[in-house]
Amino acid sequence: MLLSPYATLGDRLRIGVLIGWCALVLAFLVLPIFVPVPLSVNSEAFFTFPLAGFSWRWYEEVLGSDQWREAIWHSIVIAIGATVLATGLGTLAAIGLTNPRLPARRVIMGILISPLIVPVVITAVGAYLFYARFGLASTFSGIILAHTAVASPFVVVTVGASLANFDRALMNAASICGARPWTAFRRVMLPAILPGVLSGAAFAFVTSFDELVISLFLASADQRTLPMQMFTGLREHLSPAITAAATLMMSLSIVLLIVADRLAHRGRRD
Amino acid sequence: MPVQASETDALVRFVGVQKSYDGHTLAVRDLNLDVNRGEFLTLLGPSGSGKTTTLNMLAGFERPTRGEILLAGRPVDRLPPYQRDIGMVFQNYALFPHMSVAENVAFPLSVRRVARAEAEQRVKRALATVRLEAFGDRRPGQLSGGQQQRVALARALVFEPALVLMDEPLGALDKKLREHMQIEIKLLHEQLGLTVVYVTHDQSEALTMSDRVAVFHDGEVVQLGPPDTLYSRPRTPFVAGFIGENNLLPGRCETVEGAGATIRLQDGTMLHATPVGAVAPGARVVVAIRPEAIRLAETGDNVCRALVRSVIYLGDHQRLICDVANGATLTVKVPPGPGATAGETQALAWSAVDCLAFAADASTDATLNEEWNA
Ligand SMILES: Nc1ncnc2c1ncn2[C@@H]1O[C@H](COP(=O)(O)OP(=O)(O)OP(=O)(O)O)[C@@H](O)[C@H]1O
Ligand SMILES: [Mg+2]
Repeated sequence: MLLSPYATLGDRLRIGVLIGWCALVLAFLVLPIFVPVPLSVNSEAFFTFPLAGFSWRWYEEVLGSDQWREAIWHSIVIAIGATVLATGLGTLAAIGLTNPRLPARRVIMGILISPLIVPVVITAVGAYLFYARFGLASTFSGIILAHTAVASPFVVVTVGASLANFDRALMNAASICGARPWTAFRRVMLPAILPGVLSGAAFAFVTSFDELVISLFLASADQRTLPMQMFTGLREHLSPAITAAATLMMSLSIVLLIVADRLAHRGRRD
Repeated sequence: MPVQASETDALVRFVGVQKSYDGHTLAVRDLNLDVNRGEFLTLLGPSGSGKTTTLNMLAGFERPTRGEILLAGRPVDRLPPYQRDIGMVFQNYALFPHMSVAENVAFPLSVRRVARAEAEQRVKRALATVRLEAFGDRRPGQLSGGQQQRVALARALVFEPALVLMDEPLGALDKKLREHMQIEIKLLHEQLGLTVVYVTHDQSEALTMSDRVAVFHDGEVVQLGPPDTLYSRPRTPFVAGFIGENNLLPGRCETVEGAGATIRLQDGTMLHATPVGAVAPGARVVVAIRPEAIRLAETGDNVCRALVRSVIYLGDHQRLICDVANGATLTVKVPPGPGATAGETQALAWSAVDCLAFAADASTDATLNEEWNA
């Protein structure tokens, strides 16, 4: 496919080198992500290959123990809260930021995107010190708010991208047809930008669901999230249960992103 | 003079309306314009003259910087577009791409919460009006440009607005389709008793369709009147040059006697002309002569000899490009048939009534330059 029908020896060599290079990149950058998957079904408590045998015992431990189940539940609640907030706010921000009449659009955009650029530890410390003043430290609301801050840039970017292809004259058309702003948004703009909103929401969910540093600062022992549970598990007693939890998280993320992608494509085809 | 509308006839009134986007340049200068009920009024002008701005202020997309717009006698300053009950057709159609044709047309009804059965009836009727009954289930993207334009028309008419705005609705169509749609829109206007404010920069479109035309130039209405008046009695050289075709020649006024004036052209040729507005002896003027007002004849108020440079055959008439002694070029429109051949010298004649003299000013010079550079 990469080779022309009359490939010379040089061409073949170059393609060979290219394929080898790609294999190396994949091996060192992507493969490590999948290492926990086989380990999670290992029957022995070792982190080594080859596997001793097949077993679901680590999954049973994760899904069966109260500690793990609670952590999963916390993560889901926080992620849903952060996703709803980030999607709503991020979408509104993107709509405002693509309006040519808004002054200082670039500056505002920079500020909104800054949680992506600022080291997350700084965000975490800042959030902890700030929220403590308002009694929001060690509360789910506080964690949800802080996660919203780091998750909404994804929504701003994806919705902004789909708005770039949206003809704003359509909103004028809807308005002169008699549609109030909310109706015009719901019936004309939203269907057009839905793909962006959905993939932004999926990114927001995954971001919050995976988030560790902010949670470590803001959450008390009662609000332990799944990544926190894995992290403390790693430090305290190295149990292959983490690999099972990691595999579960990864599957959820992959499923979510695929679903969002599908929905987005369906939206575009219509 | 344009017919002055009585208070009650005006559906729309612009009173001293001014619009600036950036705070110092004026897109619309000082607009005073009445649109009468049932009238087909066209805003005609070159690109950037403020037509769309005017329409958008009437629709409610833009707010006047100064002045007031009255709709059916009520000021609309605080009225958002969705409360104005105005139908509008946009240049690029602005159909909702994710809705079917029928859903697009039903949109104004559904946002007004018209009962479903009635809405269906009205959508059907509206689609029948624009002869698209069979296309209700299609997406706008599956229609040709002309069909999309008809959907846009149906959507603008379906809720039976008294006032319909159209911003260069036919700009994207080819000539044949455009002429066809002009007739359809005109028929709808008459059948439904609509008031239409129509924007175009195509003067022939404006002349064919309108009851009255407002000629825009640099954010101002330079003349308002029925097409024939604009054509036969332009008030400024700009209108003379913009509406139809005109030969424009600079000169100087020598004498004025009653309804006549003598004009000396730059090379010394003397013309008998009809002054328009205040033209004083000694003033710089621009003379306008329509190509069809010039005859191939030896007698008339004005006679001159010219070299026929080229003859252009156009079916129903032929067009002669003639070089006059002073270096100016005259375009002459004559019936087809033998009359002139390229390369020979011809006598051209026209009457003083058809030879209008306008006082010249800075904007006139700009017009002349445009003419000559075109
Ligand atoms: N949104 C805007 N922001 C700033 N200036 C504008 C805006 N819209 C129009 N203008 C300016 O206002 C003036 C009038 O523009 P307008 O669109 O009304 O012209 P028009 O007569 O509709 O021209 P066209 O035939 O090209 O559509 C122009 O000089 C234009 O540059
Ligand atoms: Mg325009």
